[in-house]
Amino acid sequence: MSAGPSKTGGIAHRMLSALQSALIRYGLGIALILLWQYAATRAGSIFFPPPSEILHRAGELWLSGPPNRLFLGDGVFQDVIPSVIRLLFGWALAVAIGVPLGILIGRSRIASDLANPSLQFLRAIPGPALIPVFIILLGTETTMRVSLIAFGSIWPILLNTIEGTRTVDPVQLDTARAYRLPAHARLWRIVLPAAMPKIFAGVRVSLALAVILMVVSELVASTNGIGYRIQNAQIVFLLTDMWCGIVLLALLGYTLNWIFLKVEDRALGWYRGARGRAAQS
Amino acid sequence: MALEERTAPIRAGLGWNLMRPAASAARILAGIIGFFLIVEFVTRLEIVPPIYLPRASTVLWRMLQLVQDPKFLWQVAATLYAWSVGLALASVIGIPLGILIGTSNLAYRMVSPLIEFMRPIPSVALIPLGILLWGQGFSMKVILVAYATIWPILFNTVYGVHDVDPIAVQTARCFGLKSGAILRRINLPSAAPFIFTGIRISASIGLIVVVGSELLASAQSGIGSYILFVSSNGGQMDSVLAGAAIAGLVGAIINGVLELLDRRFFAWRYLGSPS
Repeated sequence: MSAGPSKTGGIAHRMLSALQSALIRYGLGIALILLWQYAATRAGSIFFPPPSEILHRAGELWLSGPPNRLFLGDGVFQDVIPSVIRLLFGWALAVAIGVPLGILIGRSRIASDLANPSLQFLRAIPGPALIPVFIILLGTETTMRVSLIAFGSIWPILLNTIEGTRTVDPVQLDTARAYRLPAHARLWRIVLPAAMPKIFAGVRVSLALAVILMVVSELVASTNGIGYRIQNAQIVFLLTDMWCGIVLLALLGYTLNWIFLKVEDRALGWYRGARGRAAQS
Repeated sequence: MALEERTAPIRAGLGWNLMRPAASAARILAGIIGFFLIVEFVTRLEIVPPIYLPRASTVLWRMLQLVQDPKFLWQVAATLYAWSVGLALASVIGIPLGILIGTSNLAYRMVSPLIEFMRPIPSVALIPLGILLWGQGFSMKVILVAYATIWPILFNTVYGVHDVDPIAVQTARCFGLKSGAILRRINLPSAAPFIFTGIRISASIGLIVVVGSELLASAQSGIGSYILFVSSNGGQMDSVLAGAAIAGLVGAIINGVLELLDRRFFAWRYLGSPS
């Protein structure tokens, strides 16, 4: 808009404010890591190795492979990938069963009232408490672990889908029926879109649960996986390895949630837009 | 911001049942009996031998025995004790921190990346570390429960404090209220139901975590250690399932009681809401 000098001044100003906001955003985290580094090096506690050591060890464990494997170390193929695959399978199974079943139950008020107490009860059963049952029924292989993840993470999906389906606007359904829309069209065009925000909220909660159950399933009678590595490292007192696993799980959970949020933004963009417009008018 | 975006659906997502008018007692009872009969029927088909998967009636019988057994009740008490201390610890840290983050934009921006990174660490992944640092007893359980339950409390507090009606705050400011008084008389009352919802969600999570940690860390006492004991001693599946079912029952009852309290104390929140 105006001449050169003020423009460069604008850039400098913008850079300064960007720097300031970055400092606010990451300053505390960086300060805490530095403090940890300093304290751990001074104290020399074996329980809390300094972050630099954890980072170094993580590099050895997961990023020391040959170039033709993208530098990924053996640990990635032995533990990380099997873990993530089991997690995604179990979670996908929970979605694949939970959403259709939830819609089926939620379409009828009587059915959802009848199912509610049992669902509340099943949801409250701690997943780990059922490990002995799962092991006896399904063995100690992948099937058992995937089933445990699916069993533990299905409840938020199921309950939220029921709730979402229940709260579909009856006027819309009646209108659709008056216009003789066939049942499948009513399902795809009215029920599902209306229930979608709730379903997504449930599916996201269940993703976090699935990560927890992935670890749980690997703490018992396991031979590989991130959870197994953490536990094994504790038993043989390789505490840096244990910390590496914990940090990796944080990164995994963060990344999965981030990806999910992006997908959700895309899928529910219409909904947020409509809500925003309604709020403005 | 990401944190904010995330808190709202958590509340909405886990607030199932709240907006629903209470189902009649007859339907609740019919649902429970129906569930029992279906499970009984399936287990009577004996697709798997009953030693592995006992009948529902066998498990129910075992449950009735257990709730009269003082030794088992001690284990339940140990679980509930660790659960309540952990939940209290999470509230004592989470609520003030949430108020701070919710009212100060600077604190919010400073702390949110840290929270976003720490939150995804599953509490069970900390069991090995917990065992090393605090052994297999009470402290380990309490700290794991506190770690797992602080997040819903924190997020709901932040959301509730943020969500306050700006006109109410401006009006109070016009009348010359100090910021401390505004916080106490406007922000906190309007955030209270959200905070309570956070505590309710955390209560369910906390019970699952405490039983899980007892089982996975082979703790000295608690429902989880009972389940571990009976499963490793000749795999008494009826006792394993009865223990798990009692844990589930306790969780469902706690949730139900908190939901009732929520309706009673914060009834005004549901006025004018649909259905």
